[in-house]
Amino acid sequence: MKNNVFINGIGAVTAQGIWRTELFEEASELNEAVNHAQQPSYKEFIAPAMSRRMSRGIKMGIYAAQQALDEAEVTVPDAIITGTGLGCSEDSEKFLRNILDNQEEFLTPTSFIQSTHNTVAAQIALRLQCKGYNFTYVNRSISFESALLDALLQLQQGEEEHILVGGVDEVSDHTFRLLQLIEEVKASDTNETVKTSVTPGVNYGEGATFFSLGVQKTRSSYAELVDIHIQHRVDRAELPDFVAQFLERNTLAAADVDALLLGYNGDSASDSYYVAFEALFPQAASLYYKHLSGQYDACSAFGLAAAASVLQQRHIPSRLKWKDNTAPGPLKTVLLYNQLKGKDHALTLIRAC
Amino acid sequence: MAELKEELKEKIIAVLNLEDIAVEDINDNDPLFGEGLGLDSIDALELIVLMDKEYGIKLSDPKQGKTIFESIESMSAYIAENRTK
Repeated sequence: MKNNVFINGIGAVTAQGIWRTELFEEASELNEAVNHAQQPSYKEFIAPAMSRRMSRGIKMGIYAAQQALDEAEVTVPDAIITGTGLGCSEDSEKFLRNILDNQEEFLTPTSFIQSTHNTVAAQIALRLQCKGYNFTYVNRSISFESALLDALLQLQQGEEEHILVGGVDEVSDHTFRLLQLIEEVKASDTNETVKTSVTPGVNYGEGATFFSLGVQKTRSSYAELVDIHIQHRVDRAELPDFVAQFLERNTLAAADVDALLLGYNGDSASDSYYVAFEALFPQAASLYYKHLSGQYDACSAFGLAAAASVLQQRHIPSRLKWKDNTAPGPLKTVLLYNQLKGKDHALTLIRAC
Repeated sequence: MAELKEELKEKIIAVLNLEDIAVEDINDNDPLFGEGLGLDSIDALELIVLMDKEYGIKLSDPKQGKTIFESIESMSAYIAENRTK
């Protein structure tokens, strides 16, 4: 008998500010090529002696993690699992630049120590004195779903009771410029939104979104996390079968899905998959979120927060609507679909609780 | 010497990213580690690299560090005496 798994707390630092009930009502659509997360004050969370060595990614992760734990009223989780596409790229760049600038001499330790991908999960654990399972997944745009799947399986099997899981990525200058050069990110002078996008690339972003997952439903529960499936390659022609198999293993029909949360990002190489996906669920409401977060590898964590919030509130904020259609009945089941340029497909199913 | 002390304070603030601390906040005789600035062992490594990179001083004996890095006063005196650049 598998345990049910609930999202009992959410925390985030995003381009729309920190996680709060009104976030989606107050959110504004992003139209810049690069969108930094709005940084909160970290002084009450992180001692100045620690903070001075931390890049934005680490600080955002610590803040979001604490917010999620506070909401779920969990002091120390049993495990901490994170997903990140590029890790602490700011410190990686600093360290690599030092190697070049100083002809491989005079290498200082701080940026090297802080540059590893697992730094965020490690710093959260150090701060909480959490000695449990600590793991970071680095699988490009399914990094977060990989972390989430690990957490879901451990909770379902009864190995842990409370797991902190999150996704984090930060913008760093050099990486951003390289992504612009190869047209993965829009040119700096474009002012297009996800919906009005005509040029190649995406509006880039950063942020951290964390979830406190538990096997008990609590008064703060947002939704039940039911299932996740990830697959590296899915041809567009195979998409119906890919979806049908997932629905079947969850004993659902397409008509049982009330809303879809899709990773539309304004880049046709990715978005054509979402159009095909939507066609499989003609009755479901279509929502999107990357117009509020920007595209980054772990941004699907923000998508899950959006979907969980919709289920908790039983209401779809107009800012999240991709199409002006509404769910036919009460909102009970939301299916999230993310992929990037036809690779790294992830289906995440959540249900009202 | 006063100029060197000012320069050293500026470099330490920059290298160690000491947020909210200005040159005027550091007294020449304040302890750099423990009390005072509250630096730690990772900072010590940063200071060793700083001495090498900026002043051409290689500290081969780690025991020396304890006395040299006691304060801005002791650090600047050591630099003035041993600098090669």
